[in-house]
Amino acid sequence: METAHDRKALINSLQKNILQWEGYRPPPAGTQGLVGLGAVETAFPNGVFPLGAVHELVCSTTEQATASSGLISGLLSVFMQNGGACLWISLTGNIFPPALSGFGIEPSRLIFIRVTKDQEALWVMEEALKCAGLAAVVAEARELDFKQSRRLQLVVEQSHVTGFVLRNAVKKVGSTACAARWQVKPLPSEPVDGLPGLGFPRWEVELLRVRNGHPGTWIIEWAEGKFKQVEKEQTAKPFKRKAG
Amino acid sequence: MQHRYMAIWFRHLVTDWLTLRQPELKDQPFVLVVPEHNRMIVRAANPEAEAQGVRTGMPAADAKAITTNLQVIDFPLGQESKLLRHLGLWCIRYTPVVAIDLPDGLTLDISGCAHLWGGEKGYLKTVVLKLRGMGYDARAAIADTVGAAWAIARYGKIRPIIESGGQAEAIAGLSPAALRLEPEILDKLYKLGFRYVKNFMIMPRTVLRRRFGEGFLLRLAQALGTTDEYLTPIIPPVPYVERLPCLEPVRTDKAIEIGIEKLLQGLCSRLQAEGKGVRKAVLKCFRIDGKMVQAEITTTRGSHSVSHLFKLFGLQISKIEPALGIELFLLEAQKVEDIDPLQEKLWVDDPGLQDTALAELLDRIAGKIGPERIMRYLPAEHYWPERSIRPALSLKDISLAGWRADKPRPIRLLSKPEAIEVMALLPDYPPKIFIYKGKRHVVDKADGPERIEREWWLDKGEHRDYYMVEDEHGGRYWLFRSGHYDGGGAQWYLHGFFA
Repeated sequence: METAHDRKALINSLQKNILQWEGYRPPPAGTQGLVGLGAVETAFPNGVFPLGAVHELVCSTTEQATASSGLISGLLSVFMQNGGACLWISLTGNIFPPALSGFGIEPSRLIFIRVTKDQEALWVMEEALKCAGLAAVVAEARELDFKQSRRLQLVVEQSHVTGFVLRNAVKKVGSTACAARWQVKPLPSEPVDGLPGLGFPRWEVELLRVRNGHPGTWIIEWAEGKFKQVEKEQTAKPFKRKAG
Repeated sequence: MQHRYMAIWFRHLVTDWLTLRQPELKDQPFVLVVPEHNRMIVRAANPEAEAQGVRTGMPAADAKAITTNLQVIDFPLGQESKLLRHLGLWCIRYTPVVAIDLPDGLTLDISGCAHLWGGEKGYLKTVVLKLRGMGYDARAAIADTVGAAWAIARYGKIRPIIESGGQAEAIAGLSPAALRLEPEILDKLYKLGFRYVKNFMIMPRTVLRRRFGEGFLLRLAQALGTTDEYLTPIIPPVPYVERLPCLEPVRTDKAIEIGIEKLLQGLCSRLQAEGKGVRKAVLKCFRIDGKMVQAEITTTRGSHSVSHLFKLFGLQISKIEPALGIELFLLEAQKVEDIDPLQEKLWVDDPGLQDTALAELLDRIAGKIGPERIMRYLPAEHYWPERSIRPALSLKDISLAGWRADKPRPIRLLSKPEAIEVMALLPDYPPKIFIYKGKRHVVDKADGPERIEREWWLDKGEHRDYYMVEDEHGGRYWLFRSGHYDGGGAQWYLHGFFA
């Protein structure tokens, strides 16, 4: 039994080492639960939402893209707390700044860049991710291949800026070097206190792929300025490890 | 800095020029005339004619009467300015700032130049002797002000060089004509008995202004040095410019890069010393085929960082077509501004929008895809959704109006509302079913209406009744009915998507 115990400890420490070599440092104290996503964060390595990484959000409809923007806005409100600025690169340019104040962001600290091509969006994103003073960079693009995502990943490893790529109308989802692939779908809201009308925005947040983490599905609401997890009967998928 | 000016007066500018062109006119009295009121009036007379009593302004017939064998020639109109420009360009060898003073003079800003010719005395002597050697009868004077130098050059009798601060004393004994005044004012002064500048120099300004006007006081002040006078140089100075000639014409990108870097190093070290930063710079590349190609960069904030400016030019290198080769690079900083020296901070708190790195990033983006694509929004005090935001003018621009968060607004707003087909149960009810882009949405929950009136002072049209609706799949939309519900005639639109 002792040898089995030793082996387990050895594997654990080796796994931790591998994480470190891959750029995941052990989380500093007090970073757990930083972004307020609750159980979603436990899916990531070390149980911490990876900052200084590129996240990919795939969506097939405008409704999904809007829900993804909502999730990103909620996350940005945390990143921009200290007065940082953020870049939002998009092809459509239809983000309506006054709505962002409802997500706890000061919209005037967001700089919107309108691009015409995916190539331009990714070029701007790469340049922006080099700028360590930014709180986060969001880009809306259609296609993102492995090479492009690898470039972005290499840049953020230097600058520790968090990037989001919102992939709308994806034709083919290949493998990328992003830290996580998300899919956010809108869900019908629940009435608050039985009042008629719409409740808080509610989404089905699915982590399709997580590097060194556990994919899963959660139901998240944006309520009163923070994320709130909604318990359902079947939340997480069966435990399945997927190497990035 | 104490400025020193030199005024040069060409006593016989046009006649001297004509004598040089036609040597047979030498030693012969001649006058240049212009027609005026059906008479020929003498505009210029050469020294020989003047010696016999011919003065400018007298009719040609009178001049002929008092002189023997006087030649009368038509005055070449516009010739003075051509000549003065030519002479002015020649004078660039003595100072970079030369201004034309029509009809018969030049003004040179000689601050910091005279010591190269062994002091002002040597400088003045050199310039005057050279001009006389060229055949022009020139007189010159040096003083602290343009006005005093002008006066001494034309009316001074004792010394041509007025020491610093001595201009009041120097012009006191001159006639009022030395102040560059209009003939009417001069007449008035003579009538009142003011024969010398000293007669009125110390009189109260209010008295002088009442009788002679503001222009008179300005001329006096300019001569005395109490008001600044600005010159318009023949060659406008480009204050920040760097040149890089190449021994061999260069063609490769790498060579162009090295050239740009060298130029920037020179420019930036100078800008840094003066506490300035580039807002707009132009790189001109002169090719051996005689053509010139140029690349231009602009920045959102003044910068004197070599690496940043080099990156901006780096985006433009591909647009520079070297063809057979570039033999000269010229880097001009056309627009510079003072920049606040940055204090290096030990503890950096998040600078947000005032971050230098962010400004540099935006410059690079603007250089690549154009500055009009970068937008930042500030709240505007309008309820109408399309007008509730305005683009910010700069990174420093802030709005006094706050962001309103009391009413729900969609996170994505269509720039133009799109028409939808709806089925509403009751007139003031939200729609039960709507069809957007061919897809049927059954409305499950709805909030509203929120009526937004059109701002009639800005445009005409119907008001909008907004509803926030959610379909059975959880998609949340912002719909509105344009105008009142009247028998099913009102049109519905989809305007945005909620998260």
